[in-house]
Amino acid sequence: MIGLGFLYLVAGTTFAAFALVSLFDRPRGPGNAVFYALIAISFLLGDRLGDLGNGVLVLAIVGVATLGRMGPRDVEQALAAPRGSLLFVPALIIPATALAGTLVFSRFPGMVDPKQATLVSLALGVILALAVCFAWLRPAPVEPFRQGTRLMDHIGWAAILPQMLASLGAVFALAGMGTVVGGVIGGIIPSGSVFGAVAIYCLGMAAFTIVMGNAFAAFPVMLTAIGLPLLVHTYHGAPARVAAIGMLAGFCGTLVTPMAANFNLVPAALLELKDRYGVIRAQIPTAIPLLIFNIVLLYLVMP
Amino acid sequence: MLVLAGIAVIAAGFLLRFNPLLVVVAAALVTGLAAGLGPLAIIAAFGKAFNDNRYITIVYIVLPVIGILELHGLQARARDLIGRIRGATMGRLLVAYLLFRQITAALGLTSIAGPAQTVRPLVAPMAEAAAERQAPGDHDPERAKALAAATDNVGVFFGEDIFIAIGSILLMKGVLQADGIDLPPLALSVWAIPTAIAAFVIHGARLLLADRRLTRGRRA
Repeated sequence: MIGLGFLYLVAGTTFAAFALVSLFDRPRGPGNAVFYALIAISFLLGDRLGDLGNGVLVLAIVGVATLGRMGPRDVEQALAAPRGSLLFVPALIIPATALAGTLVFSRFPGMVDPKQATLVSLALGVILALAVCFAWLRPAPVEPFRQGTRLMDHIGWAAILPQMLASLGAVFALAGMGTVVGGVIGGIIPSGSVFGAVAIYCLGMAAFTIVMGNAFAAFPVMLTAIGLPLLVHTYHGAPARVAAIGMLAGFCGTLVTPMAANFNLVPAALLELKDRYGVIRAQIPTAIPLLIFNIVLLYLVMP
Repeated sequence: MLVLAGIAVIAAGFLLRFNPLLVVVAAALVTGLAAGLGPLAIIAAFGKAFNDNRYITIVYIVLPVIGILELHGLQARARDLIGRIRGATMGRLLVAYLLFRQITAALGLTSIAGPAQTVRPLVAPMAEAAAERQAPGDHDPERAKALAAATDNVGVFFGEDIFIAIGSILLMKGVLQADGIDLPPLALSVWAIPTAIAAFVIHGARLLLADRRLTRGRRA
């Protein structure tokens, strides 16, 4: 059965290719190559390392990201044989295959692990799109991975931040963080009030996001504090709705915080605005009604 | 109560601009120690969770495809498409860009547009020029530019979560899984659709109101 094993093989191979490209193509300091190699090891060998071994691997990844002088090393490159709007076709093969595969594999179980149908379909879409690119654009075999490494260098250490935050969520759960925060914030929710709980959950997502500058960081805290114990376990809300709408409430917080510098301050600088908070000011009147919308929406879809 | 120190570590660490990965590890250590766990137990617990959540980082397998397409001019084609948007007014132009950004982000193409790729070279100057046509010499050029950047952010934030393989969707899947709730990404991403529509309506209405303010300011 095709499942996580196949996915981790594809991802591990891709990161190994990024590491090799970084090492041989532009050998200027090994930071990026080591970072990608460690992620490749995690994908390919993670199940054999044991929990402590994986913990040490994480510390090594963080060490390289912090001290390894990682960074993009863009070289000016001319466009290779520009093509027309057909270029969008291979790009659209990926979401189309991911969606079609999810629907097809759930109807014919047995071939693909139903829990991983979407991600397996995504990987198949990528392989298909890559095959189309090779047949049509005829690049050198290493070229897609060289280009992939260029994009990956721009993302840098931020690439594994979501995985790190999900892992932090697991440590929070182990330490009983949800119970404690739930106890502190729970005190201000009138007991038995579904609307009160929904409102505090969404406002809390937005507030934590404003403080931390990142909805991804706020999510594990609020979900384990209020989302799961109160909205899901006590009031029987559907986990998918609670999680998805809560995250979007967090995004409303991202729109108004200078802590999210890459979204709010960098564009202001790029556009040479005199007011460095000009973009935030232009976003506040959208963020507030949208946050209210999310609160009302989640309340309405609670049972 | 002591475990709350973990949240304080995150807030302080991000505020002081330490590397966020380092902040996350420090927060995990502080939280675990406060809960009475030993350092090795914390590292092992974090390592286990990291290993269990590897699928979150799978999304980057798309980069070789996007990269080779960019080498052959994908971003240039996207810019052509945006350049062809013929909004007679600043508001209508930005509404069209909002729709473009939401739809492409929902298809996973978050990187074909952005502040550097499209807003600075295209959308901001186009919005400014339209505002100048609507109210010659009587509009704030900063306002048009700020609205262009804001429209880009609103479009990508409230479009990308409809795509099933974006970091935030897989992060939700991971955190829920730690609590024993196993959900397919599609179940999460469909619940991004209502808010995406609301974002289009709310922000779109503001843009059209900005249009009316431009022309009314001229008459007054």
